[in-house]
Parts: sequence; C-alpha cells; structure tokens
Amino acid sequence: MLFHPATMALNLASLANVAALVLAATFGVRILRHWNIASGSEGQLRLERQTYLVSTLLGIVLAAELVSLFLFVYTADRLSVMFVGAMCAVGTLNASVYGFPALGLKIACFFAAAVWLLMNAVDNRGWDYPMIRAKYGVLLLLLPLFAAAAAVQVAFFADLKGDVLVSCCSKLFTAGGSGVSAGMATLPPMETLTALGIVLAVVATMAWPARRSPRWALAYAAVCAVLFAVAIAAVVSAVSPYIYEHPHHHCPFCLLKAEYGYIGYALYLPLFGGVALGLGVAPIQAFRTRESLALVVPAASRGLVGASVALLLVFALVVTATIALSGLRLT
Amino acid sequence: MRRWIERQRCLVDFTVSSLLRRRGKNLGLIVVYTIIIFVLASVMLFSQALRREAAAVLSNAPEIVVQRMVAGRHDTVPAAYVETIRAIRGVAQAEGRLWGYYFDPGLSANYTLMVPADRTVEPGSAVIGHAIARERNGLPGTPLFLLSERGKMHKFTVAGILDRVSDLIAADLMLVAERDFRSMFAIPADALTDIAVSVRNPREVATIAAKISRILPDVRAITRGDILRTYEAAFNWREGMVLVLMTGAVLAFLILAWDKASGLSAEERREIGILKAVGWETSDVIRQKLWEGALISLTAFLFGYALAYLHVFRFDALLFEPALKGWAVLYPRFELRPSVDAFQVGTLLVLTMLPYILATVVPVWRAATIDPDVAMR
Amino acid sequence: MIRLTEVTKVFNQGRHNEHHAVKGVTLGIEDGRVTVLKGPSGSGKTTLLTLIGCLARPTSGRVHHGGRDISGLPERFLTEIRRRTFGFVFQRFNLIHGVSVLENVMLPAYPLGDDHGALRERALTLLERLGLDGKGEAKAEWLSGGEAQRVAIARALINDPQVIIADEPTANLDTALSRAFLTIIGELKAEGRTVILTSHDPLVCEADVVDRVVAMRDGRLTERELVEA
Repeated sequence: MLFHPATMALNLASLANVAALVLAATFGVRILRHWNIASGSEGQLRLERQTYLVSTLLGIVLAAELVSLFLFVYTADRLSVMFVGAMCAVGTLNASVYGFPALGLKIACFFAAAVWLLMNAVDNRGWDYPMIRAKYGVLLLLLPLFAAAAAVQVAFFADLKGDVLVSCCSKLFTAGGSGVSAGMATLPPMETLTALGIVLAVVATMAWPARRSPRWALAYAAVCAVLFAVAIAAVVSAVSPYIYEHPHHHCPFCLLKAEYGYIGYALYLPLFGGVALGLGVAPIQAFRTRESLALVVPAASRGLVGASVALLLVFALVVTATIALSGLRLT
Repeated sequence: MRRWIERQRCLVDFTVSSLLRRRGKNLGLIVVYTIIIFVLASVMLFSQALRREAAAVLSNAPEIVVQRMVAGRHDTVPAAYVETIRAIRGVAQAEGRLWGYYFDPGLSANYTLMVPADRTVEPGSAVIGHAIARERNGLPGTPLFLLSERGKMHKFTVAGILDRVSDLIAADLMLVAERDFRSMFAIPADALTDIAVSVRNPREVATIAAKISRILPDVRAITRGDILRTYEAAFNWREGMVLVLMTGAVLAFLILAWDKASGLSAEERREIGILKAVGWETSDVIRQKLWEGALISLTAFLFGYALAYLHVFRFDALLFEPALKGWAVLYPRFELRPSVDAFQVGTLLVLTMLPYILATVVPVWRAATIDPDVAMR
Repeated sequence: MIRLTEVTKVFNQGRHNEHHAVKGVTLGIEDGRVTVLKGPSGSGKTTLLTLIGCLARPTSGRVHHGGRDISGLPERFLTEIRRRTFGFVFQRFNLIHGVSVLENVMLPAYPLGDDHGALRERALTLLERLGLDGKGEAKAEWLSGGEAQRVAIARALINDPQVIIADEPTANLDTALSRAFLTIIGELKAEGRTVILTSHDPLVCEADVVDRVVAMRDGRLTERELVEA
C-alpha cells in the first residue's frame, strides 16, 4: 500500500527525519570532538554557525515526528476499510507483522523527539551552550531508534496487502486472547480506574514540590512514565467500555472514530502531551548545576511541571466526564 | 509565553512587509507553488469524491452475490440454488437476478441489460439509462432495435429514462421484461445469471459466504466488502500513481524554491546585515525567513486548494477524467458531491509544505549567518 | 566601564590575504563620557568599534563589560548584550529601504517581544524628541541626509541603551548639520550615557563635548590626549 497518498506522506516524513538525523549525527560527532566554547578560533566560530542550521533542521523534523504519530494512527484507521474483518486501526495494524511494532516504535519516537526538543529549548537559553555535548550525544543514541521506526513503518506499508484476513479488535482485546492487549482488557475495570485515580493524584500532589526541588522534579518525571502505562491500561480495560457503552468492547483505537465524536483524541492528546512534558523535566534537571542555567533550569522545570499537570488534569476530566455521562454501569 | 506571541506577531508583520517589498520574486514562486498544490489537491479531491460515490452506490448492493463458475468462467446458475441458499441460517433473503451485457456494434459500446426486481417492465418495452438515451436518441415512445447473438432483431419501445442520481452505474443500463431477456440471450427458464443474498447480521457476511461456497461447490460468493475493497484498491492505486508521476514536477518546484531562497539580491543581503547589526540574532533572522516560507506556503495552499475544489466540483475535474475513470464510450455525466476531508488536507500539507520548508532551510541559514560587521563596511 | 586588554583581530587567518586589523590594543572607556577614536582609514578604528560594541569577537585578548568578560560568549549572547547595552549609528545610516521610518526605528526591538503598542509609543516619542514628528510614515529612502541621521539615532535609542556608538557620523553632513549632531551628543551625555565615536573630522575631535580622543594608526594606539571638557 505504498501508493496511498497518506502512506506516501508518512514515509516521506519518516525518511526526511532519518536523513536529517544522520546529518545531525555526523555534525554531532564533530561537536563532541572539537567543541570548545572558550576558543575564538575560526573552527569554533564555524561550528557555532553550523549549530544554527542543525538545530533548525532538527526542530522542524522532530516537530513533524510529533504530528506523524497521530497521522499514522489516523491513516491506519482510514485504511481499515481495505482489509476483510478490519473495522478500525487495529485491523490495519494486524494485517502485517510490522504493524504493532511500527506503532510501538513511533510512540517511543514521539517521546524521544519531545524530550530532545525540550532539552534543545533549555540549552538555547544558557549562554555557553551548556548541554550541547549531551544533546548530540543523546541524538547519536536516538538515531538507531528513529532509523528503526522509519524502516519498520516503510516495511509495514509495503507489506500491507488487501487480501489478508485480519482479526478485528474485538478478538484482540478480549479475555480469550493472549498477549499484552488481552491482558489489559481483562484487568478488572474498577480496580484499574482506582489505580489510575491514585497515580493521577500522586502526580498532582507531586507537582507542588516538583516546582521547587530538583529531587522531586526527577521523581515527577518517573511517575509520569508510570502514569502512561497505567493510563493506557485503564483506557483499554475501563474507559473504552464506558465510551462504547458495551462491556466487552475494549479497543483503544475505535475511540478515534467519528461515530464516537473523536473522543479518543481528547483523551490521547492531553495524555501524551502531559507525559512528554513531564518526562522532559528529568534531563533538564541533570544540568541544574551549570552556572549559565542556574536561573533557567528552575524556571523551565516549573513551567514544564505546570503545563504537564494541567494537561494530565484535562485527561482526568475527560475520563471522568465520559464515565459519568455514559449509559453503562459497571460494577 | 506572551513574549513569544508578541515576538511572532512582530516577525509576521515584518515578514509580510518584506514579502510585499519583493513582490516580483515571490509572486513567481507563489504561482508555481499554487499550480502544484492545485494539481495534487485536484487528484486527491477527485479520487475521494469517486470513492464516496462508489461507496454510496454500493451501499444498495446486495451483501453477497452468488455466481456459478464453469472452468473458471462465469456461467448461469440453476434457479434451484435459490431455495438451498434461503435455507441457510442467517440468510434474510435470496433472489435470483437476470442481467447481461449487450454489445452494440454501431457505437462499439456495452449496455447492461437487466430484469429489474423492484418494478415491472412491459414486455416489448425497455427503460433505459441516460447514456443510451443520449447516444441512440432514445426518447420515450421511440423504438430501440437490438440484434441478439442468434442473429434475431429485437424491437423495444422506450418506456422511460432512468434518473441521473447515480449515473455511475445506471448510465448504460437497460431494464427489460424477463420474457424478452430470456428470448434475447436464449437463457432457459430454470437458469439465472446470479443470486443476490442479504444477510441478517452484517458481522456474519463472511461466514455465510463461506458456508455457501461449501454447500454449493460450483459457485463463488462475492461479498459487498470484496467489491468495495477492489474499488478502493483501484482508486488508491491510480491516485497514488498520479501522485508519483507528479514527483518530477514537485522536485522541479523544490529546486526552484531552493534557488529563490538562495538568490539573495544585494539589497536583501544589506538588509540582513543591518538587521543583525541592530540587534537581530541569527536565529531571529532564520525565524523570520521561515515565516516567509510559511506565509508563501499557506497562501499557495489556500489558493491552490480553493482552485482545486472549484475545478473538481464546479467544473467536473475536466483535466483528469480520462486518467482516473478509465475509458468508456458511454460516458456518464454526473455531479460529484463536494466534500472536504481534514485528513486529506493534513496529508496534502505534509506532502507539500514539509518538502518546501526542508528545501529552503539551508539557503535560509546561509542568509541568516551573514556577519553583522558587513553592515559596517 | 568597558575595558579591552591586548585585543587583536585578524581576518582570514592562515590564508594568503591574512590581515591584522587591530593589534594588541589595551584601552579603557569610561562611563558617561564622550570618547573619539581618531585615525586615517585603515587604522582599524572601525574594527575596534565592532569589538567594543559586541559586533565581533576578538581573535585574542579580552573584552570586559562592567567587569564581566564577554569575549568568549557565543553570538547569541553577544547579541543579547549588544541589543540591551548598545545603540549603533552607522556611517551610511543603514536604514532599510521600502520600510517606513517608524518601523525602521522599532526594528531592533522586534526580537525582544515587547508589547507592540508600547513599542510604537516609544518610537513616536523618540522621533518627536529628535524633531521628526510627522515623519513616522514616510519611507526611509525619501529622507534628507540630516533627517536620515536623526532616524538612525532614534533607532539606536529604541532599547534605551547605555552606550551609543557612531561610526564617522559627520562624514556625509555639512557643518550646520554636524554641529546639530554634536548638540544631540551633548544631550545624550547629559542623560548619563556613554558615547563612542570614530572620526577624522577636526570639527568632532576638537568639539567641547568630547572628553577624550584616542588616536590610532595601523591597528595600534599612538599617543593619547586627554581633553577635559
């Protein structure tokens, strides 16, 4: 299915991403070897000039990466009509062995891109580029991840063929099946919701000290990671049935369809955004001791924690609203 | 945050005035960009509209169609099979259908002859579709002569013309009475062309189709989903092909964009030098130039998309029909229902704006890194 | 206080057209005073000006602003300091053509993200002070020499800088306008600002308002004369 316009767009974005990252990585190697802010030599000045280019390029490409996660899911949903037995994105993802790995890698890329962009934004506020080596070091580590994601995504779209019979989400997310998805679906809904509530409460209360203390800020980032896992499990096991008003419909992708008012986006956008911002606090805090960032890091941490908590509260509100307004009553 | 917004606002202000100052250079770029977007958007809008039409049409089609196969080719199906199918659990309705193709040598065109299930046609008369009416000057009451395969001439009196609502399939249709049909094509009384089956529970369609194939081994059961998928695939493939063929044009455009972005006049160079000397930083200049690119993109996108919309829905996609619809003499004229899809807009944005921005990044950066002390000299 | 220590600037280092514009200059510029860098063309006074005003980084040597070493700062932060501390008036005024006078004056403040309305007010006040009220919407290329210079000064003042730097300010002006310029300099000095000029015009070097003249030749300082006002 390489000739569908949406898949072409996604593949183009991914390949552009990888190309830009490879360029940035080669630049990064030069930075790691030759960067010396104190020297006024021509070589150093050239490196400084070139960081503008690489920085801008990465900014564009990683921002596109953030959007492409949602475009990917939307495309999978739209393509589902092509496959026998598929009624939502799950069907499309199931039609190829590369489907779910592509999704998983893209989610990882989303968070990696968000965190890197946040690091970059903070680095730009320190007068001596304090985080530059760390930034490009991290980029070199992330390059394999992005390359793998692009490769798997292209393989996925190339591998999709219309004549494959796929199992619908109702088979994947039910008690009978095996694997993570079935496991999540079988979690008792009430207990999972309670767990979600508890973790959200922990996150919200941690936000206060996290604004002041670096140790709490790091803990906040860790809790965000936990929250992500719990939230996804909760959406599958508890929130979905309420939205569909059907106790056995657990699919987390059908939420994104028009017939449910695209409620899925109202759930996932704040969740992903909030967690990404929360995770970004951790690498930033690692540099709080640098002189040039002495004022920047606390301010940035506060801002990130504040924004993260706000988004997660929106997520909590949406969850509560859908449960309260649903016609279903689970015990 | 407010500062950021104010800053962007100031930059956008300045960008607009910059673009207006260099009208000549930017106008050429915008025109080409608009044309590219126009073509891409036209293709996407047209395909989407066709898809919707097909889906709408097919929504009235039977869920399963049962056809008998002999030596891998389509043959008539015994009328007795209808009862067998009706007896299967889950089947709501099963009806035999009579239809076939007639080749008109005078027009080198195929008509579809059909015995309608929902209306009665008087023996000796026919209800015809618009395309046939048009090509054969068929008005109600006039005669229509068809030469059967047996060499016999059959006369039909036009009883009426089918309305145009879904011309995509009805344009070349001719509805006749059962007796005339069987006599035209020499089909015995106990044979049918195929059997239309409707199913109680839509989720069971695939299962029931499988059951039918098992019970009656010489038939194949085609589901509506199969047909829909085939159409989708054909439209996707064709749309994709056209877009791929556009790659050359898009690349040429990107080279133009790169060139325009790189070709700084002496005046522009001076301006950037001054800006940097009075306190603009390299990243400020980059941001301003990217805004230029963004504004050009958005303008071109809006114009291109609007023109494409008009082209497809007002002017019936004059430029594309042959490539996308396939070749046929009996050409339905129908109006596509306008629809705009956010998904499509998003895809188009990624396909056009992203390459454009990437193509201009390096020239923009080179322009922005002009040394400020150039202004002092 | 701006202090330069053994500052050297070399262009095209390592190549055949290597040029030492400034060689080992040690200099202190006092706050609140008017200093003139005097010398023939090619003496390096313009380059020295760019080093003082954070437009360029020295190849070697140190530049201190108010005690803080700024020579090692990357461009981004030099620009930040320059924006807030310095106002430049260029020899050829360097206004942007096709843009109105008002917008020319407001330009240096755009990247700072100040409130647009307040910025406009500031710009109009400055224009009024320099006798240019009513010229706000005029296009920059229609101005006379004297008007253009005053717009350049207004632009230099938009961010309320501590230091004003002017390169050969009277080179394109007649005597009357030159005197008018020196009057404005006097006003700025009275406000407590530091002024640094380059010039080889005797009218400027011998003016009362000038506190100190620093002579340069071939990239080095020659003799220094202290002229107390």
